[in-house]
Amino acid sequence: MRLFFTQFRRDLLVAVRSRSDAANPLAFFVLATVLLGLGAGAELAPGVIWVLALFANVLAVEGVFRRDDDDGTLEQLLIHAQPLFPAVMGKLAAHWALSGLPVAVLSPVAAIMLTGSTTGVGVLVLTLCIGTPALTLLGAIGSALTVATGRGGLLVAVLVLPFYVPVLIFGASASTAAMLGDPVAFQLLALAALLAASLTAAPFAVGKALAISQEY
Amino acid sequence: MEDDLLVAENIRCAVGDRVLFDELSLSLQPGELVEIRGPNGSGKSTLLRCLVGLHEPDAGEIHRTVDSLYVGHRSGICGRLTPIENLRWLAGIAGSNADDVSIRAALGHVGLGDARHDVCDSLSAGQQRRLTLARLLVSPAPLWILDEPLTALDDDGRDLVGDLLTRHRTTGGAAVCATHQALPTVPAGTHALTLGS
Repeated sequence: MRLFFTQFRRDLLVAVRSRSDAANPLAFFVLATVLLGLGAGAELAPGVIWVLALFANVLAVEGVFRRDDDDGTLEQLLIHAQPLFPAVMGKLAAHWALSGLPVAVLSPVAAIMLTGSTTGVGVLVLTLCIGTPALTLLGAIGSALTVATGRGGLLVAVLVLPFYVPVLIFGASASTAAMLGDPVAFQLLALAALLAASLTAAPFAVGKALAISQEY
Repeated sequence: MEDDLLVAENIRCAVGDRVLFDELSLSLQPGELVEIRGPNGSGKSTLLRCLVGLHEPDAGEIHRTVDSLYVGHRSGICGRLTPIENLRWLAGIAGSNADDVSIRAALGHVGLGDARHDVCDSLSAGQQRRLTLARLLVSPAPLWILDEPLTALDDDGRDLVGDLLTRHRTTGGAAVCATHQALPTVPAGTHALTLGS
């Protein structure tokens, strides 16, 4: 737990001192929602918001380890953090708190803007709160695998977007069902199961990928 | 031997077809300093990364019996944090019990007392290097693995490295140091290992 909070606090502090890094994906999310609101109809709203949340997530997560790799704090973390698992979790938790969580918080505004009604907004926020941490965890694997190449960007997107599909399917399906007044329990449980699976497996995969990234 | 802090047995590293070193063995006991010399590209940094566990050698085994501290080419210092915050984080992940008093004292000792609340991006290269020296003062690790510790330092900073190494060795620590400049004070008990010959 000490490792988790040490890393969590440090990464929040770094993020607060480099606000534009965290703000850009959010600005993208807001702008793209506005554009799609102008260009597309209301019936697709939950799916649209979910796809944009997913893109915003890739944009944010692809750089999650880059600064640390550049300045050598990543290698220090690998040497000293025993075990690595809680430190990776702390890092990703701080990252999610400034990328996935704000998207979930902003999503009601996006939904009301697109549909003009508040039906199903609560479920949309809930699905994003469960789904975006899973996306961050999965995306971090791609980010860790590519950190040594020095250019993540589209490569990370191509690597991880296929793995985002199940989360997208259940998240968008639950949000759409809620808007139509249908039951959503199954989709929510499936989302929660995906989050549980990624919580247990992803930090180990990230740790292994980071260790490999320092071999040169 | 039982009190070895570090033992490397017959390690081998290659980059593509080029063998950097092969059948290389070394051991380190308390109070010892091994200087690793060699021209650029001879594998000094790779050897050190193997010793600290960042790089897996192609063959051979490495045993570390104690915590180690690694100062590499990359500073290990986040530019968005202040010197104090950087050292606090490093102490936190390494599980050392360095408190703010000892961190402040260390920063004062390396001449960063006045800059301790500036973000590291605003410090000069030499000042950032001095911050990595402050790590040596704060960390309790008995084994130091230093890659070119004299880079970017002024004469005063070089003397400081010499003092720190001497003090570390008299208190039972050991160090491996890659360098192509002579260390300022090289006392007895120093072994030199030359790569690329």
